[in-house]
Amino acid sequence: MRITRLPLTALRRLASCLFLGLFLMFGPQTHAALAGPLEDAAELFARDSFSDTAKAIELLADSGAEQAGPAIEALNDRRLFVAADKTVYFRDATGAFIALVTGAKLPAEPSGGSGVRVNNRIRSAINTALGTLTLQAPDPAKRRAAAEAVFKSRSPDSESALQAAIRNEKVAAIREIQQSALAAIIATSPNRSDIDRLAAIEVLKERGDREALTPLNQIPDSAGVNVKDAAKAAVQTINNRLATWSAVQNAWYGISLGSVLLLAAIGLAITFGVMGIINMAHGEMVMIGAYATFVIQEIIRQNAPGLFEYSLAIAIPAAFIIAGTIGIAMERLVIRHLYGRPLETLLATWGISLILMQATRTLFGPTNREVGAPAFMSGSFRIGLIDITYGRVWIVGFALVVFFAVLALLRFTPLGLQMRAVTQNRRMAASMGIRTARVDALTFGLGSGIAGLAGVALSQIDNVSPNLGQSYIIDSFMVVVFGGVGNLWGTLVAALSLGIANKFLEPFAGAVLGKIALLVFIILFIQKRPRGLFALKGRAVEQ
Amino acid sequence: MITQAILARLDLRGRLFLGAILAALILVPVLNLIVPAGSPLHVPTWLVSLLGKYLCYAILALALDLVWGYCGILSLGHGAFFALGGYAMGMYLMRQIGTRGVYGHPVLPDFMVFLNWKELPWFWYGFDMFPFALLMVFLAPGILAFVFGWFAFRSRVTGVYLSIITQALTYALMLAFFRNDMGFGGNNGLTDFKDIVGFPVQAQGTRVALFALTLIALAGSYILARAIVTSKAGKVLVAIRDAESRTRFLGFRVERYKLFVFTLSAMMAGLAGALYVPQVGIINPSEFAPGNSIEVVIWVAVGGRGTLVGAAIGAILVNFAKTTFTTGALAPYWLFALGALFVLTTLYMPKGVIGTYAEWREKRREKASLAAHAASKPAE
Repeated sequence: MRITRLPLTALRRLASCLFLGLFLMFGPQTHAALAGPLEDAAELFARDSFSDTAKAIELLADSGAEQAGPAIEALNDRRLFVAADKTVYFRDATGAFIALVTGAKLPAEPSGGSGVRVNNRIRSAINTALGTLTLQAPDPAKRRAAAEAVFKSRSPDSESALQAAIRNEKVAAIREIQQSALAAIIATSPNRSDIDRLAAIEVLKERGDREALTPLNQIPDSAGVNVKDAAKAAVQTINNRLATWSAVQNAWYGISLGSVLLLAAIGLAITFGVMGIINMAHGEMVMIGAYATFVIQEIIRQNAPGLFEYSLAIAIPAAFIIAGTIGIAMERLVIRHLYGRPLETLLATWGISLILMQATRTLFGPTNREVGAPAFMSGSFRIGLIDITYGRVWIVGFALVVFFAVLALLRFTPLGLQMRAVTQNRRMAASMGIRTARVDALTFGLGSGIAGLAGVALSQIDNVSPNLGQSYIIDSFMVVVFGGVGNLWGTLVAALSLGIANKFLEPFAGAVLGKIALLVFIILFIQKRPRGLFALKGRAVEQ
Repeated sequence: MITQAILARLDLRGRLFLGAILAALILVPVLNLIVPAGSPLHVPTWLVSLLGKYLCYAILALALDLVWGYCGILSLGHGAFFALGGYAMGMYLMRQIGTRGVYGHPVLPDFMVFLNWKELPWFWYGFDMFPFALLMVFLAPGILAFVFGWFAFRSRVTGVYLSIITQALTYALMLAFFRNDMGFGGNNGLTDFKDIVGFPVQAQGTRVALFALTLIALAGSYILARAIVTSKAGKVLVAIRDAESRTRFLGFRVERYKLFVFTLSAMMAGLAGALYVPQVGIINPSEFAPGNSIEVVIWVAVGGRGTLVGAAIGAILVNFAKTTFTTGALAPYWLFALGALFVLTTLYMPKGVIGTYAEWREKRREKASLAAHAASKPAE
C-alpha cells in the first residue's frame, strides 16, 4: 500500500506542478506570474471541477495564510464564490465579502458570483484540511487555540483530525488539551460505550477548570447510570477545586493589595508610630517617589535607552533620597516648631501636602504620566487555575524587603538605637549625649524616604498623577492605627489582613461597599482597642 | 428681658459681631431690592447668594470651633454633618420638583426614573413635607454624631486618633454617597431645584430671604454657642480641653459633656448645610471629601480657635480669598496660598487673627499701665 501510494502522490504533485507550470506559461492572466499558493488556489477554484477544488483546498491549507481557514470553512458551507471576472471570494461569518487572494474586505459583492460546488469527497478533503490547518499548525499557540476551539465546539466531526493531532503532538501541555477535547467529544456525543465515557469523564475531571463543567453537564440521557453518577461526582470535585482556587486567588490579590498598603504605611508607621507626628503630607512623599521614577525613566529614554531595564533599580535610591531630603527639609523648617502639638502638626502638614500637590501639578501637568515597566516585570505565569503577574510578585517581594530592612535598621544600627532611645525617653536620651534634634530629622527623613520607595512601586500599578498620594493617605493611616502605633509588626499584620479582608469582601459586597465595611470596622475596632492590635504595653501608653 | 439676658452674656466682641449681623440684615436686602440696579450701591443677587454661602460656612466654622476650640475635639469630619444636613434639605427640594422634572414623574426624582427605579425608597418618605425635612436636617447629623460620639468618647478615643477616625467616617460616607444604589443621586447628587416652601428658589426675593435666614441662623448659633461656653458646662468643656484626665478625676462625666457638645455642633453643621443647598443649588458627594473638612479647620484656625467670632470671620475671610483667587488669573496658585495659610497660621499665628489681635491689645494695655505706673511713682 505504502509503496504504491508514495509515487502516486508524488506523481500528483508533479502533475499539478507541471500543470501549473504550463498554466503559468500559457495562462491568460498576467498576474499569475507573481503567483503564490493563494493565487494558484484561486485559479483552481475558479475552474469549479471537483478534482481542482480538492487540489485548491490542499494548497490553501498549506499556504498558512490567515484567510485560508475561514475560506475553507466557507467552502464547506457553500459561501465561496467565483465572480464573473474569475475573482474568488467568500462571505465570512459576519456577512462581509472577502477576496481569497488578498484577504481584504470587498466593498460590495462582485457581480455574477456562483458558488463553488462541493461533494462528499470535497467535504472530507475540507475536514482533513481544517484539521491539518489548525490542529497541526506549526505555531504552538495556534495548535493550542485550535484544540481549545474543538474542546468548546465538541463537534464529533473533528474526532479523527484530533486523534491524528494527538499522535503527532510533541508538546505535553497541548496534548493534554487535545485529549481533554477528545474526551469532551466522547462524553457528550451519542452512541458511545460507557467505558469510553467513563474514561473521558476521568480526563475531564483531571482538567478540572470551569470549561470542563460544560461537557460534564451534557452527558446524553442514553448513557448508563454509573456514567451519570461519575459525571456528577466529577462536577462536584471540579466545583470544590474551583472554590479552593478562587479562595487562593483572592488571598493572592489580598496579599498583593496588602503589600501595597504595607509599602505606603511603613513610612507612616515610623513618622506617626515612632515619632508621633501626624504627617498628612505622607501621601505626597509617595507621589514624589512615583514622579522621581517618571523623571528617571524620561532621562534614561532620552540619553541611554539601553539602561531602561535598570530604570527602577536606579529610581529606588533616587526616590529615597529625593523624598527623604524633602522630608528632612519639612522637619527642619516646619514640624520642628510644632512638637507636642499634634493637631497643629496635622494642619501644617496638610498645608504642605497642598503645596507639594500643586507644585507637582504646575511642574508636570495635571494629567497622568506614563511610567513604563521593565521587561522582567511584565508577563505572568500560571499556578493551578490562577494567573500571577510578575509585576505583583516583585511588588510583594519589594514590600517585604523594605519592611525587613527597616526592621533591621531600627534594631541593629546605631541610628536605630538612637531613634528608639529618643522615642522612649527623649530627655534621658538627650542626657546621654544623643543629639535628639538630629535624630528627629533623620527619622522623619527615613519615613519620608520609605514613602518615596513606595512611590516607585506604586508607579508600576497606579496612575502617576498629582493626586496619587491622596488616595493612599487614609488607607495608610487606617493600617497604622489598626496595627497599633509604634509597632512595625503590627503594621505588617494590619496591612496584610486589611488587604486580604478587602479582597474577600469584594465578591460579596462590591469594591466600594467592601471598602466602606472595612472603614466602619476599623472605626468600631478603634473604639474597642484604641491603641490598635498590637498596643505598646507599659508606661509608654500613659504619655 | 431676653435681650438683656443675651447681652449680659456677650462681651464687646460679641456685641460688635451681632451688630454687624443686624446691619447686614438690614443693609443687604435694602441695597439689593430697593436700590436700583444701575446705582453703584446696588448689591446684585448673585452677590447676595455668594455672601449667603459664606455665612453658611461661617455657621459651620462656628460649630467646629465649639468642639475644637472649647472642648479640644478636632473633628476632621464636620463636612459630613454639613453634607448630611444639605442632603436632607436637598431631598425636600427634590420632592418639591414634582412633575416638573425632565421625566415628569409625579413622585420619583429624575435620577430614580433614569435608573429605572419603580418605587420611592423608604428613606425618602416624608421628605415632601417641609417640617419633616427640617427635623431631619437636625436629626440626621445629630443621630450620626450621637452614635459615633457615644462609641468614641466612651472608649476614650481622643486627640489624633479621634481626628483620624472622623476623617475615615466622612471618607466612608463619601464613598457610599457616590454609589448610585444608595438612592441619593450618586455622582451628580441632587440639583435642579424649583421651589422651597412654595417660593421659586431662583427668584430674587427668595434668595434675599434665604440670605436673611442664614444671617439669623448665624446669630442664633452664635448666641447659643456663647451661652454654652459661658455657662458652667462651658467651663467644664474648657477643663476637658486642657486636662481631660484631671477633669474626669474631679468627678465630671467627661463623655457626657463631650457627647452633648459634639452632637449639638453636628446639628449646627447640619443647619448650615441645609441653608447652603438652596443658595448654591446643588449638593453632591464631593461635599463629604475629607479635604473639605480639613479646610473648615483652617478657617477656624485663621480666625482664631476658641473665640467663636473668630471662627465665623475666618470662614468668611478665607472663602472670600478663595473666590477672589480662583476666579482670576491667579487660580492655579490658590492651593499654594491655601497651603501656605495652613503652615503659616499654625507656625506663627496659632491663635488666629482675633486671638493675635486680642493678645496684642492686652500687651499694649499692660505696657500702658506699666508706663502709667512708672510715671506715677516718681511723683510720689
